[in-house]
Amino acid sequence: MSMTHQVEDKLMVEMRGVNKWYGQFHVLKDVNLEVKKGERIVICGPSGSGKSTTIRCINRLEEHQKGDIIVDGTTLNNDLKNIETIRREVGMVFQHFNLFPHLTVLENCALAPIWVRKTPREEAEEIAMKYLRRVKIEEQALKYPGQLSGGQQQRVAIARSLCMNPQVMLFDEPTSALDPEMIKEVLDVMVELAEEGMTMLCVTHEMGFAKTVADRVIFMDKGQIIEENEPHEFFNNPQSERTKAFLSQILNH
Amino acid sequence: MSDSAKVTDTLLPDLPPPANSTGVIGWMRMHLFSSPVNALLTLFTLYILYILLVPSISWALINADWVGDNRDACTSGGACWVFIYNRFDQFMYGFYPEMERWRIDLTFGMLAVLVIWLMVPNLPKKGLVSVLTLVVYPIIAYFLLYGGSFGLEVVETHKWGGMSLTLILAIVGIVAALPFGVLLALGRRSEMPIVKSFCVVYIEFWRGVPLITVLFMASVMLPLFLPGEVDFDKLLRAMIGIVMFQSAYMAEVVRGGLQAIPKGQYEAAQALGLNYWKMMGLIVLPQALKLMIPGIVNTFIALFKDTSLVLIIGLFDILAIVQAGLSDPNWLGFSVEGYTFVALMFWVFCYGMSKYSQHLEKRFHTGHGAR
Ligand SMILES: Nc1ncnc2c1ncn2[C@@H]1O[C@H](COP(=O)(O)OP(=O)(O)OP(=O)(O)O)[C@@H](O)[C@H]1O
Ligand SMILES: [Mg+2]
Repeated sequence: MSMTHQVEDKLMVEMRGVNKWYGQFHVLKDVNLEVKKGERIVICGPSGSGKSTTIRCINRLEEHQKGDIIVDGTTLNNDLKNIETIRREVGMVFQHFNLFPHLTVLENCALAPIWVRKTPREEAEEIAMKYLRRVKIEEQALKYPGQLSGGQQQRVAIARSLCMNPQVMLFDEPTSALDPEMIKEVLDVMVELAEEGMTMLCVTHEMGFAKTVADRVIFMDKGQIIEENEPHEFFNNPQSERTKAFLSQILNH
Repeated sequence: MSDSAKVTDTLLPDLPPPANSTGVIGWMRMHLFSSPVNALLTLFTLYILYILLVPSISWALINADWVGDNRDACTSGGACWVFIYNRFDQFMYGFYPEMERWRIDLTFGMLAVLVIWLMVPNLPKKGLVSVLTLVVYPIIAYFLLYGGSFGLEVVETHKWGGMSLTLILAIVGIVAALPFGVLLALGRRSEMPIVKSFCVVYIEFWRGVPLITVLFMASVMLPLFLPGEVDFDKLLRAMIGIVMFQSAYMAEVVRGGLQAIPKGQYEAAQALGLNYWKMMGLIVLPQALKLMIPGIVNTFIALFKDTSLVLIIGLFDILAIVQAGLSDPNWLGFSVEGYTFVALMFWVFCYGMSKYSQHLEKRFHTGHGAR
């Protein structure tokens, strides 16, 4: 039972028959995925199933070899202009935060607005402070990332992405590198973001998050999308044997 | 609660750490004479120091003569620094006309002010001063040293020499090699095959030849390839050779620094929409440069000492000019003093750089907290 919210008909992300190989190794096999504006998708699956690769193809951190990826109307191809346009619209949060250690929290957040969006510095810093307040970490703005806890760093990383005012947010296991007591503070921020109508694709093993927030859950295995359903059905009535096996493993340990 | 539970209700007070020095005797026992073997080692080292240092000090300082007009002033039997004293100006300025030497003083004085400004933390406008130092200053320095305009007499480069020439060669070499080195290193890691192969071949070629050959080629072979009448300044040719040679080494230092930056930093920068040059300039290089400081200073020190090789193509750097002074019939036989002086000059500069780099590393380390 997901929260009531607006899902528009407009497609934000569209993957059509996407295939990718690492050398001889076929990592993504005919991945088809449509994400509407305002939709929240959770992707799960065993390790090595291609979850990260899938979402990293959306902002071209990985290159796919076959099929089409269309983000907010722009088709991803080798044209650097298109790639840059798409990256401006797509925010990404990484498992290991990847904050810039030589810059303060505030500088981390203001950097892309200043250098990519050409926002004047003062305005960019206001934007940065606004989002730092939103993830409840504004009092740390002048510290360096190395001085913060993991949970705080991940919240800064989310704020840093939001400063670019993205249309879509990608999360690649945002809580997997965190100590248990810090997972909640990051999930809370993500839930809030979902409530505000952000289009989100999250790779995560937090099934609680999937149940409460997701519009659809996608299960991947061996580079394929095996099953796709709304969360209640997905968890209570899984269709494929592989999904059942996976769910019994992660829900019963 | 079971019987096995242990509970403490009283909080322990904070105590000062124990004093770890137990006086001079204790320190000596611990660090110098902690075992019979260590005691022997200590005594042996002290003995070696004694037989080396005592004669050196008495030769260089106690029995030395310092001032005078000619070799007759040297009567004490120790070092005859009178030689250096008399020739000091020449060792510093080469054959630069005496009346014009203020130009060298001014050039280096300005550089010192700029560099100190950049080095002292908390001074304002570092950005502006860096631009001044890297863009405006070299032009001013060129016109001051070479002359030819603003009413300054031209001083041909073959009159330049001594310590000032050594410094000019080293500074030009390092400052010009750094940007080329960065570009070469980026090229070597680039995904464009032609750029990449060019950089690999360039780096491997220059790293494979000794500087002395490069200098020979620059001074002997380069003119053969150039159209007949082009008269290419010898010093300029040497500088170009040094810069090309040095860029290759610098490129490898930079590459080492780049390799130490985790992939996640590139990915985060790309995901935010930064293009290649912004990603490199804002995220990767600033972090890499910090790691590269020891390597850069090392290459700089090596280059600084290597500049003395220009003597083989007839440029009079500090070493060459001291050697020339030694063959003056009035001062025959003072080569120990001469070479000691040269060694001391090199040592002072190299040690200074090494110390400053250690200081920089520490400052960057504490300034930015843990990674
Ligand atoms: N650069 C690479 N070169 C070769 N193989 C790779 C590369 N990156 C990933 N792979 C392989 O591709 C497969 C899919 O990787 P991916 O990171 O997408 O999995 P994942 O589902 O995110 O797994 P995890 O839960 O462990 O993060 C894995 O088998 C992995 O070993
Ligand atoms: Mg992954």
